[in-house]
Amino acid sequence: MATGARHEPRDRRSPWLAIFYWLVIVVTSVPILVMVIYSFNNAPTSRITFAWNGFTTYWYRNLGQVSGLTHAFLVSIEVAVISSLISVIIGTPLSMALGRYKFWGMGSINALVFADIAAPAIVVGAASLSFFLSINLNTGLLTILIAHVAFNVAYVVVVVRARLSGMDRSIEDAARDLGANPFVTFYRITLPLLWPALLAAFLLALAMSIDDYVITSFIAGSTVTFPLFVYGAAKVGLPPQVLCFGTLIFFVGLTLALANGFLNRRHLAVRAATEDSLTK
Amino acid sequence: MTKGSIGQGAGAGGINPALLRGLTQRRMPRRDFLGVAGKGVGLLSLSAFLASCGIAGSASRDAQRRVDWQTFWAQQKKTDVLDFANWPLYIDTEHGKSESLELFTRATGIKVNYEAVIQNNEPFYATIEPQLAAGESTGYDLAVFTNGWNLTQLIDSNFLVALDHSKLPNFARYASDLVRNPNYDPGNQYSVTWQTGFTGIAYNTKYIDREITSFDDLADPAFSGHVGMMNDNVELGSAALLQMGVNPETSTPKDWVESTKWLKKQRPLVSGYYDQSYIQHLENGDTWITQAWSGDVFQANQSGYPHLKFVVPKEGQIVWHDNMVILRGARNPLSALEWMNFYYTPKIAGIVEDWVNYACPVPDARQYILNVLDDPTVANSPLVFPSPSIDSLSHEYYVYKDYDEYQLWNDTYNPVIES
Amino acid sequence: MTNVATTRVREPSRLRRWVSRHSPPYVLSLLGVGWMLLFFLIPLGSGLIVSLETGNPVRGYNLTWNWHIYSQIFVHSDIPYTTFFIRSLIYGGSATIFCILIAYPMAYFIAFRVSERWKSSLLLLVLISFFVSFVIRTDMWAFVLADQGIVITTLRHLHLVGKNFHILGTAGAVIGGDVYNNLAFMVLPIYVALEKIDLRILEAARDLYANTRQVFLRTVLPLSRAGIFAGVLLVFISTVGDPVNSALLGGANTYTIGQAIQDAYLNNQQFNVAAALSTILMAMLGLIMFVYARVFGTENIENLV
Repeated sequence: MATGARHEPRDRRSPWLAIFYWLVIVVTSVPILVMVIYSFNNAPTSRITFAWNGFTTYWYRNLGQVSGLTHAFLVSIEVAVISSLISVIIGTPLSMALGRYKFWGMGSINALVFADIAAPAIVVGAASLSFFLSINLNTGLLTILIAHVAFNVAYVVVVVRARLSGMDRSIEDAARDLGANPFVTFYRITLPLLWPALLAAFLLALAMSIDDYVITSFIAGSTVTFPLFVYGAAKVGLPPQVLCFGTLIFFVGLTLALANGFLNRRHLAVRAATEDSLTK
Repeated sequence: MTKGSIGQGAGAGGINPALLRGLTQRRMPRRDFLGVAGKGVGLLSLSAFLASCGIAGSASRDAQRRVDWQTFWAQQKKTDVLDFANWPLYIDTEHGKSESLELFTRATGIKVNYEAVIQNNEPFYATIEPQLAAGESTGYDLAVFTNGWNLTQLIDSNFLVALDHSKLPNFARYASDLVRNPNYDPGNQYSVTWQTGFTGIAYNTKYIDREITSFDDLADPAFSGHVGMMNDNVELGSAALLQMGVNPETSTPKDWVESTKWLKKQRPLVSGYYDQSYIQHLENGDTWITQAWSGDVFQANQSGYPHLKFVVPKEGQIVWHDNMVILRGARNPLSALEWMNFYYTPKIAGIVEDWVNYACPVPDARQYILNVLDDPTVANSPLVFPSPSIDSLSHEYYVYKDYDEYQLWNDTYNPVIES
Repeated sequence: MTNVATTRVREPSRLRRWVSRHSPPYVLSLLGVGWMLLFFLIPLGSGLIVSLETGNPVRGYNLTWNWHIYSQIFVHSDIPYTTFFIRSLIYGGSATIFCILIAYPMAYFIAFRVSERWKSSLLLLVLISFFVSFVIRTDMWAFVLADQGIVITTLRHLHLVGKNFHILGTAGAVIGGDVYNNLAFMVLPIYVALEKIDLRILEAARDLYANTRQVFLRTVLPLSRAGIFAGVLLVFISTVGDPVNSALLGGANTYTIGQAIQDAYLNNQQFNVAAALSTILMAMLGLIMFVYARVFGTENIENLV
């Protein structure tokens, strides 16, 4: 048993590691701070400038002013939600197959999932475009959805499979002993236990999808998603509303992550308490 | 068995035998290898089958796209939406609202979805071409293309809707002679000009003290690391040809190759080859001198950058026309025609021009800008309402005979940019 | 008394039993694997096939098994694609190395120097920049590092740099952007690997008279190798092909293979050249990773991803 808290004895600690960590955190936060601060900067040309022109919430109150931005944002949200849902729905059974069973072809499928995550976005985007051109499927919303599900499935599998391998199967066995068929076992026992992992996988897929630029740039056709819009708008100077949207996405994402962490902790605490009461 | 660090075994006189074993050890049992190989072959043949159909070109199914335009227009019904794709900084905008578009909506009841998604002709063309080739809607009714290869392609491949001039009386009445019956679209069958523009040189007077007069200034070593050029092959090549003293319109492939010598000499000084984003770098101060489009610079002057200056080089400048076209598959072609007609009036063209500051296709707009909008700077600018003196300095792009010639031009100038 | 013979239950055939016992994993995997096969794996094959086609956007492209194109790209081309490949590999390699140098101390800090309750929060802080859209955060760096931006004007004020100093447009800016955008991908796997180390091993090493440095080099570092490997995999592959950092932070001399592929597809519509470049990139990365995996011999990386 490891003794006490999992860190080195205090007298040996030098502060450099901590200083280094916080320094890096500060540097990586610079773009975020700049984004949030300049979303409140009054810009007379409706494009962000270096000079500080006074605090204003005008841009937040007029988010819809930039033509095409809101639409692009909504398209991104739509694609993200739909593709994440589909990914979780088809990725979860796959994770169960990989995490629970040993079967011929398992190694190849694991390799496929790994390749899907590791493959460079530019190659995937280029290949997807070649594919859609060859089969004469026109690029647009449908192809974006298809491509996003294709890479999100792998992320879902990774997250859910990890959770599955750590799960205690004795409860499921007990359910089966009590006469439950596989479907009921899944619905009543496995799913509730798996729920935090499914949520985490959904959120991860959501984040990956909203943020994706490279793959989407190849197969979007004339559909404009939020990252595509931002990339184009940056050429003549970003409208401050882009920073506002960015700030909003940031805080929503942060909240979701914190909530997910909080839920996880509560979940673990509840489980621990339940197990305690069961073993008493 | 830990491999440890490679250095550990090296001391034992050579390569660590464990490492050698590890490198050569067969990791994959034969059965699995065959399985993977088999899958690979299967995959390849499946892909080959799928791809054996190849990729259709824009010229294919050309015959299917021919249509009797009179019948076409007779069948169209009025709609209340217009999807308008344009370049950035190309319409009057005040706090996200455009007065000209609002007046249009008030007069006709048509709501305009205006999207400034065109950064350059080629990428936008590549975006919409597959849909046009398949006969599907691109999502846009109206788009703006510069005269050049892409516009010629659109016309030749029957990707555009022929205009019904009976619904464009304002064009007949108000259009300038310079934009009537252009050589790239005889009789204005498919397009009417949105703006005419000039490509010259822009520079930042805060960093550059002296007078800028020539393309040679773009190769001045004093500006090293702060020179911008355009990454549009057509613009880049035409500038180089002018620098050499050759008129792009009458240039030959030999001239093109010759002109790359100057470009290659200039390259170490260039900080970047930009698309529309050159204006951003100019305003930022990263770039001090660059190829530029006339209107962009005037707009910058009005929006807080009065120290930027646009000059017509003594060797000449390029004149081009950005044209409104209706794309095939458009869902609201009548709305597009309405807008074209609405635009070609002194009032609306004046409102747009006062903001955009390019060369106006409606000469009568000058009076409107002078008297009603009270803006003599714009009204009297020879680059907004061109005079004969400007004409002599303005040259058009080279016109390609076919794709192979276009390819040759690209192959000549691409290596300058991509290096 | 009931006749036992008439209540005999019909036994399922051997085939049905075999199917019901062995089919669950296949049925479960069907949709997921099918989607990945159809829309991930087959397109990769498509890419190879398209690279072997000839034609132009007007006449269309036809499969002519034109293997020649690969030699054309490297040998006969006016455009120095070889330079772009090498340049991208250099950017990718440098970014990966810098990532390791920055990420390892951070992961070590969180794994060993922090009490349990703060670990997930500190980890979250590392990920925080990922909640901002990729394009926006790279754009913000371009904004901050511009010649008229905060950083350079401050440095000039303090007379630390000359009038001609600029950050954007250099290879350093591009590599910096790559490091910034991939830091989390390196921190997480290393952290996971470090977390798995049993502290008793470190105690044992110290009991055997190892000083702090030896404990690290001989014990911690080798045990975390799998984490480094996973991180290198993710970061290297991601940065070599990336077109965004070089487009937004780079200049005329930082043109990478990612940008070349994007331009060939989206500007020039030269599908065969673009597909060939993409296939070469994929093969190159695959080869490098394969060699790397062999040399460092790590097999169970899936557990870390």
